[in-house]
Amino acid sequence: MNARFAIGKVAGALITLGFVLVFNFFLFRVVQTDPVATLFRGRNIPQERLDQLRAEFGLDKPLGGQFVDYLQQTAQLNLGLSYQSRQPVWNEIKSKIPATVALVGTSAVLSAVIGTALGVAAAWRRGTKTDYSITTSTMLFYSMPDFWLGMLLLVGGAIITGIFPVGGIIDAGSSRAGIGRLLDQAHHIALPALTLTLAYLGEYAIVARSSLLETMKEDYLVVARAKGLRDIKVRNRHALPNALLPVVTLSAINFGFVLSGAIAVETVFSWSGLGKATSDAIRGPDLPMLQGLFLLFSAAVILFNLIADLVYGRLDPRVRT
Amino acid sequence: MTEALVVVEDLHIHFGAARAVDGVNLAVMPGEVLALVGESGSGKTTLIRAIQGLTHPTSGKVLFEGKEADARHLPDVQMVFQDPTGALNPRRTVSEIVAEGLRIEKFKGNEAEAVSTALSRAGLRPPERFLRRFPHEISGGQRQRVVIAGAMVTEPRLLLADEPVASLDASIRGEILGLLRNLVDTTGLAVLVVTHDLGLAWNIADRVAVMYLGRIIEVGPTEELLDSPKHPYTKALLSVVPETRGMEQQILSGEIPDPKRIPSGCRFHPRCPVLQSGESERLGIAERCRGEDPAIISAAATREAACWAVKAIAVAG
Ligand SMILES: Nc1ncnc2c1ncn2[C@@H]1O[C@H](COP(=O)(O)OP(=O)(O)OP(=O)(O)O)[C@@H](O)[C@H]1O
Ligand code: SF4
Ligand SMILES: [Mg+2]
Repeated sequence: MNARFAIGKVAGALITLGFVLVFNFFLFRVVQTDPVATLFRGRNIPQERLDQLRAEFGLDKPLGGQFVDYLQQTAQLNLGLSYQSRQPVWNEIKSKIPATVALVGTSAVLSAVIGTALGVAAAWRRGTKTDYSITTSTMLFYSMPDFWLGMLLLVGGAIITGIFPVGGIIDAGSSRAGIGRLLDQAHHIALPALTLTLAYLGEYAIVARSSLLETMKEDYLVVARAKGLRDIKVRNRHALPNALLPVVTLSAINFGFVLSGAIAVETVFSWSGLGKATSDAIRGPDLPMLQGLFLLFSAAVILFNLIADLVYGRLDPRVRT
Repeated sequence: MTEALVVVEDLHIHFGAARAVDGVNLAVMPGEVLALVGESGSGKTTLIRAIQGLTHPTSGKVLFEGKEADARHLPDVQMVFQDPTGALNPRRTVSEIVAEGLRIEKFKGNEAEAVSTALSRAGLRPPERFLRRFPHEISGGQRQRVVIAGAMVTEPRLLLADEPVASLDASIRGEILGLLRNLVDTTGLAVLVVTHDLGLAWNIADRVAVMYLGRIIEVGPTEELLDSPKHPYTKALLSVVPETRGMEQQILSGEIPDPKRIPSGCRFHPRCPVLQSGESERLGIAERCRGEDPAIISAAATREAACWAVKAIAVAG
């Protein structure tokens, strides 16, 4: 790959990140008039104590000074204290990352792999019953709101049949370790992961299908066939590598949203990840927590977009120059 | 007479109600350039796809050196397409593209050498300059040369070229045609070239076959056929070519031909100027024009037209 191309993309990503930092700072200064008052809303606290707290938070300084503080603290991952738990925001966030990555990451990978495979199968047998059933079923799941699909699965898979637990990440009070613990977690992750996988399958299936159909019109496939390459090899060597380029971009973008969690589905299944943390923070509102979460989400999206660009540049010689 | 390289026998290819190829006999001799001309939808592409084995005939046969091709693919036949950009995989380098035919045929010799030779023969010199390029990095004319190199690398006996220069700049058409003619003259390759353009046929073909609604209606050596066309359809086609300014222009009237509704009798009769002018009446063939299909031209014919008027005049004169 062209070094100029890569450097340009990295520089673009850094600039975007800079904008996000500035925006994130001012956005929360605009919505929040007096965080200390919000924090102790309804409680009877002496004025001196409030002033002291404002000074502790640095809220008595001018805006420029606050911005410099903010940049320094952010660079050290010091994102302030959560209003709700009174714990450092970064610690709160850090403790929730594994649960979200496990749930949303698994579903993102599964939906990408299965959805693409379904889309390819549908395109290859276009106009047949296989095509029709794949297209309608994936679109059905795609068009359902994810929390509703989650509730249907929750009722069917946990409440009525009792096969799966109703929620949580692990059985309360369980002291199992090793394999047993892993199985317990798998048992808990099954329903929410199934929900998210089903909800996102359709996007991949439709993109893969239409892209492959488009590619299958290309003359270079006829050329390869005319040279005696068998149909299945024509598909695997020529059609798929080109047709799957848009799928690569789509997955990279979706992976960028893995950390953002799945607000609705995590809430339905009481999955204590970043998505649920977001909805809790909104309810507060817990502004330092929200600010930290937004920063993390934006950084993840920017990073994965960068990865998508670089991978695409690697895969498609036409975009490198 | 030398043995034909490819013989097409009573070939029919139907797509539902559309009879895209409707009874074609044709022979391609080794080392000749045969031009297949005719208006859009006359079945030219369908015919050559069937020769390549890409389309399955509804009935009839394609024989290569007297043997019926059992598999779909004839290793001695290669294709060149109209649009070189679409014919090249955008993610493959020139060397991978040209080598593909060798890899498919499990070539035992020196691949790099064969690829370089094919590129030089196609006029891409020095070949090293092109090996690692991608299709988007070279010009349209060079792309068509890459397609030709990819087709020639396996040293085929027959090249099927579907409008090989139609998508290229007028300025480089001559070069590409010259290249094809040169390959024929130096390697004994035969070329079946499809074209809308009679001027192009004039420049490189040894023989011309004219197709109308799924059937070959006239065939003959290039000069003879273009100098003194016999079939009224060929005459009409030629009258609108700029090179033949001497002729009175004939714009065909009547309905646009549709392979789903091929007319009875002579398939050209609804548009035929000979019939419309009353000439057929005078020759006493008007009934036949409307009701009786002129015999299909045989593959062995050197100069023939499927037309009742031509036969009547030949008998009379
Ligand atoms: N796969 C197909 N399915 C249905 N109809 C087809 C198919 N391929 C060709 N036809 C029809 O067969 C007829 C002949 O088409 P063909 O492409 O062979 O014509 P052509 O002489 O090559 O025309 P052009 O000069 O426009 O390339 C057309 O009416 C076309 O619509
Ligand atoms: S057979 Fe009759 S209708 Fe057909 S081309 Fe000849 S003169 Fe015209
Ligand atoms: Mg055609």
